[in-house]
Amino acid sequence: MIGTLRRPLRPLARILKARDRGENTEEIERENLRLRHEEMRDRARARAEGRLLILGLAFFMAFGTIGLRMGVLASTDAEEPRASVSGNPIIGQRADIVDRNGRILATNFETHALYAQPPQMIDPHYAAAQLVDIFPELDHDRLVRDFTGERRFLWVRRQISPEQMQAVHDIGEPGLLFGPREMRLYPNGPIAAHIMGGASYGREGVDAAEVIGVAGLERHFDDLLRDPANEGAPLELSIDLTIQSTMEEVLNNGMTLMNAAGAAAVMMDIHTGEIVAMASLPDFDPNNRPRPLTSGDQADSPLFNRALQGVYELGSVFKIFTVAQAMELGLVNANTMIDTEGPLEWGRFRIRDFHDYGDELSTTDVIVRSSNIGTARIALMIGEARQRDFLERLGFLEATPVEMVEGPTGQPITPRNWSEISTMTISYGHGLSVSPLHLAAGYASLLNGGTLVEPTLLRQDGPQNGPRIVSESVSRRSVEMLRAVVERGTASLGEVAGYEVGGKTGTADKPRPQGGYYDDRVIATFAGVFPASEPQYVFVVTLDEPIETSGDEPRRTAGWTAVPVAAEMIRRTAPLLGLRPSVELGTLSNVTVTSSE
Amino acid sequence: MTEMVYGTVPVRTGDPVLPRWWRTIDKWSLSCILMLCGIGLLLGLASSPPLAARNGLDPFYYVTRQAVFGGTAITVMFIVSMMSPTLVRRLAVLGFICSFIALALLPILGTDFGKGAVRWYSLGFASVQPSEFLKPGFIVVAAWFMAAGHQVGGPPGKTYSLILALIIVAFLTQQPDFGQASLVLFAWGVMYFVAGAPMTLMIVAASFVVFGGFVAYYNSEHFARRIDGYLSADVDPTTQLGYATNAIREGGFFGVGVGEGQVKWSLPDAHTDFIIAVAAEEYGLVCVLVIIALYAVIVVRSLMRLMKERDMFIRLAGTGLACAFGVQAMINMGVAVRLLPAKGMTLPFVSYGGSSLIAGGIAVGMLLAFTRSRPQGEMADVLGRIGR
Repeated sequence: MIGTLRRPLRPLARILKARDRGENTEEIERENLRLRHEEMRDRARARAEGRLLILGLAFFMAFGTIGLRMGVLASTDAEEPRASVSGNPIIGQRADIVDRNGRILATNFETHALYAQPPQMIDPHYAAAQLVDIFPELDHDRLVRDFTGERRFLWVRRQISPEQMQAVHDIGEPGLLFGPREMRLYPNGPIAAHIMGGASYGREGVDAAEVIGVAGLERHFDDLLRDPANEGAPLELSIDLTIQSTMEEVLNNGMTLMNAAGAAAVMMDIHTGEIVAMASLPDFDPNNRPRPLTSGDQADSPLFNRALQGVYELGSVFKIFTVAQAMELGLVNANTMIDTEGPLEWGRFRIRDFHDYGDELSTTDVIVRSSNIGTARIALMIGEARQRDFLERLGFLEATPVEMVEGPTGQPITPRNWSEISTMTISYGHGLSVSPLHLAAGYASLLNGGTLVEPTLLRQDGPQNGPRIVSESVSRRSVEMLRAVVERGTASLGEVAGYEVGGKTGTADKPRPQGGYYDDRVIATFAGVFPASEPQYVFVVTLDEPIETSGDEPRRTAGWTAVPVAAEMIRRTAPLLGLRPSVELGTLSNVTVTSSE
Repeated sequence: MTEMVYGTVPVRTGDPVLPRWWRTIDKWSLSCILMLCGIGLLLGLASSPPLAARNGLDPFYYVTRQAVFGGTAITVMFIVSMMSPTLVRRLAVLGFICSFIALALLPILGTDFGKGAVRWYSLGFASVQPSEFLKPGFIVVAAWFMAAGHQVGGPPGKTYSLILALIIVAFLTQQPDFGQASLVLFAWGVMYFVAGAPMTLMIVAASFVVFGGFVAYYNSEHFARRIDGYLSADVDPTTQLGYATNAIREGGFFGVGVGEGQVKWSLPDAHTDFIIAVAAEEYGLVCVLVIIALYAVIVVRSLMRLMKERDMFIRLAGTGLACAFGVQAMINMGVAVRLLPAKGMTLPFVSYGGSSLIAGGIAVGMLLAFTRSRPQGEMADVLGRIGR
């Protein structure tokens, strides 16, 4: 302790002594400094020695690691450089789509893309000339410019047929190369076009290209169809290809016959909500999907799906909901007499019937004869809140949850202010615009015994058993009323022998874009159920602006337009659906049994 | 008396230069460097003909140039290694000033050779990269500052050298040349470490780096992707790295044979950044291990010799030079075996490149000059520090 304290003092003491003696102190100071430096140097060196050792070890270990790593690498096998190993490979496989019986609706097809690598070309001018011979739509000068310029790679054609591929092979140009392509193929052409939507190419590489869905189911289930984890398991739809095809054929003929601008139809399993067939005309070929319209109303495009995206005021088909709700609430029963004296004046509005049905009708006859006044009076008994709640539970106030990318665009148009007059008009289908698919789902929910079903395009295993909408007896009564409409009411042309069709007609004036309604343009709808004794399927047929001209004057009402088309559709599809016609057996009384004995 | 003086051989002051040089030089390091140079020429024969073919030149154009530059570099190295540390320091400071001015003037007079970074002066027959010459100069100047800072009443040398390093880094990142910038910073850090950086400061700095890395990883998607890509086991075989890795595997232990390698045809940087891949493919693991051993011997031996050094300046300068040299080789080879993320850096003395070779010759010459054995008061050490 004393030593360490004294040592720094000693030099100063020496200096002081020397100064006292009058000597030059500089030498002593320099000596002191040298000693201090030497001491510091030794200390620094001792420390540096350790640190240099650490550095040396670190370097030795780092070089050793690199050497080891080299050894590990050198002892493993090399792999061939392949582009497909790159981070995000293009998966060319897209799952098929099949109908409920496994028939193919969409599949893939091997084809080739043609590309050029100009640096490898031997005679670009000759190649360009030959290519223009094979593909007349190519521009010769442009090809020559591309082949002789700076470009190292260019696509010539995205898809070529086998014949064209052979022709290109025959040019013998090594700079023209083929890349395999998967092409989405819809073997049934326009059948179920709107449901399928369509597909096109996404990312493109030389060895593969991504097929991506652009609309409809293909788009909605794009991830699922492309997911390699499914191992190519096909997507099973609820659609039945034969029913779909029959429906489209009948609808197309009906549209021509009734001079309609468009048509839509839906057929749905009443218990499972499976859409067995859904069609919209005019349609298109998904193999060659047309471009969307760039101007005008998208509803005029063949891409427009009237059954799903088209929301219309569908008219009297809604009356059954009003009557069913009144029965459910105990306000009326099937035989309650309803005041139908017209016109019904409410503020500045007047509600009229198509014909004058006298002073009163039974509830059944309000439906059978389609009385607007009678329905409106029943709606007044129900009131706005309860009506709105009922329609909401049936799903009429939201877009349908169906599995198509266009689904949310079929958003219903509801009155901005749900007043009493709205209640009255909505009770017979005016003032609320919904799609035909909404209507089919609503009918199914009402008539299957009274539980909610939601429409689906995927094959289901059993009934949906949704929340209860109406009681079973109300559901039963509603079916009976609809059956009566066909037996003795506005839809008498809808009778199909053996299949007990029940349904309701609706003829709604089309709204003008400027406001108000057209006098001579209607949406004619027939919605119903069959067979009435044990309901299994609901259907909706909608014709846009039909005119039936076989009579003395043009007829536009649904009973003359949509109903016969629907009847023909049921006549042809019901046997295909596996329904057994209920045949009235003749009596056996006049049959004589003879015996040889 | 007279005859005793007259007619005798005049006594020289000190020893003759060459014998003393030979006696004091680190012969191991010297031979390693010469061997590296030879390997560089050999690999140049393998790796550069495809490049020459691509550029439409004589197949051995680059080999000839490499030989000329290599010869010059070795000559320079010999001359420098014969100088005394004081002379080396004086010349290095002058060289540093010149190359610093050259670096500063790059944005005005430099050229980028169409590579996007302005790093070179074009002299017609060759190009010069000032940052290569700046590096050894900077190391010597920084070591001088630090050593001076250790004197009683000396300038704050560590601060000055840090400021100098940061200015140089700023200039280099402007070009941009992050590789050289990080080398300069690394050299400064190593010298600071050996000069006696406080332990607490180093711990704080290390934890700060780790913490910053984590923050960057979790906050920057770009950074995270780079790290993930580096950490992921498989590598895209169509990238330069993929080809390099494959070449090493292809070569195995004894190589595919002289001139049989394929990687040099697909890698544009086969003669510079990925020359180790060419070596691995044609001559196999054996050659690569020899190269690694050569670098390791040079670095570790130099550091061991510097442990005995009493003079602080010599110790620091030598450490900086040896570590910069070793780290550059390490990064180059570490990238090729995917131990480190991709970064273009040449393999000293082996890669093709005039500036890099000659600057490397100067640096190694300085290192040899600093590691020459000098009287270090070993006896005093042995006798227990009495000589003070």
